[in-house]
Amino acid sequence: MNINFTLIAQALAFAILIWFTVRFVWPPLLKAIETRQKEIADGLAAAHEGKASLEIAEKKNQESLSISKQKSAEIISQAEKRANEIVDAAKTEAKVEADRIVAGAHSEIDQEVNRAKEALRAEVSQLALSAAEKILQKEIKKEDHSAMLTKLAKEL
Amino acid sequence: MAGSTYNTPSDYIGHHLAFNEVSFGDHPFWTMHVDSVVMAVLLGLVSMGLIWLVARKATAGVPTKTQAFIELLFGFIDDQVKTSFHGDRHAFIAPAALTVFVWVLMMNAMDFLPIDIMATIYNKLFHVEYWRNVPTSDVNTTFALALGVWFLMIYFGIKVHGIKGWLHDLFCAPFGSNPFVWPANFLFNIIEYVSKPLSHSLRLFGNMYAGEVIFLLIGMLAASGVFGVFFSAFLGAGWAIFHILIVALQAFVFMMLTVVYLSMAHAGH
Repeated sequence: MNINFTLIAQALAFAILIWFTVRFVWPPLLKAIETRQKEIADGLAAAHEGKASLEIAEKKNQESLSISKQKSAEIISQAEKRANEIVDAAKTEAKVEADRIVAGAHSEIDQEVNRAKEALRAEVSQLALSAAEKILQKEIKKEDHSAMLTKLAKEL
Repeated sequence: MAGSTYNTPSDYIGHHLAFNEVSFGDHPFWTMHVDSVVMAVLLGLVSMGLIWLVARKATAGVPTKTQAFIELLFGFIDDQVKTSFHGDRHAFIAPAALTVFVWVLMMNAMDFLPIDIMATIYNKLFHVEYWRNVPTSDVNTTFALALGVWFLMIYFGIKVHGIKGWLHDLFCAPFGSNPFVWPANFLFNIIEYVSKPLSHSLRLFGNMYAGEVIFLLIGMLAASGVFGVFFSAFLGAGWAIFHILIVALQAFVFMMLTVVYLSMAHAGH
């Protein structure tokens, strides 16, 4: 229990040991731990950032998807409309064409009938003439009776 | 000591509590306890050296198990210092606390070595008659540590507040700066400055010394026959297990007081 030189020796050892720790032991440990802490913090921050950007990208995706859906629906409806228009136009055109053809046919038929009537009239007048010739046994001059014949043909 | 015979119990205890002394002067101050110094230096070198070997190769990546253990210790000390010292603790206080804790813990832990077996080893192997295992049961060791902290306290007090501020605190705190209370202030501060290293060192010394004496008393039981041998083995084991708590606790208390004293020196009044 007596104080002696041991005190000084131990104090010296204590001082050297503290110096050693302050100089050589603590700094590398602190550096390693703080670097790791920073790395972990950075990693966590990066993960958070990635999560956020993923959310944003998903949102964007959703938006563009809905926009394109809307657009495609518009395009389809437009196309349908256009098709209907084309069909209607075709229908009316066909109808006009058909009417035209029918009208042409009608007029042709009328012409044909007229022509046939004309021919028949001519034939009938011819027949009447020849019949009259036979009856009269003499030639009737066409020129002399043409007026009468024409009148007759008109009456037929 | 093993190999020699003891006539009385006080012989046995006295022998085990005697230091290995060398004298290099007439005055009793000029003696040195070789056992305390050698054990303390050896333990300091081994413990801090091992930590240094790990710290030297410390990686910021995935740590090895040894490094993880050292980092646990590091974190424990750092947390303790953080709660009581608010400043740049990494510059000095925290590494000093680590040193104090590890070194004192190692020195205290020497109490677990069975005294008589160690005495036999020292005697047969190194041919020394007297050798005490536990440097912290030498008041010189504990007082050296406390005194070291005391000087650091004054150093930081002057460094942080300046010599004028430190002297001002010495005379004008805690009662105020009225010249009439200067003597009272000074007296209080002197008492504080004296009591701090005394309580700091004697707490550790008393605990470790008492622990050693109890081990000796238990060891003495073994001399009383076969029953005594078993009984003392049983008691010795029990006391050693309880002593784990004391060893760790006293190291922790010594470290905490070091940190608190040094942070008080920073804070001032």
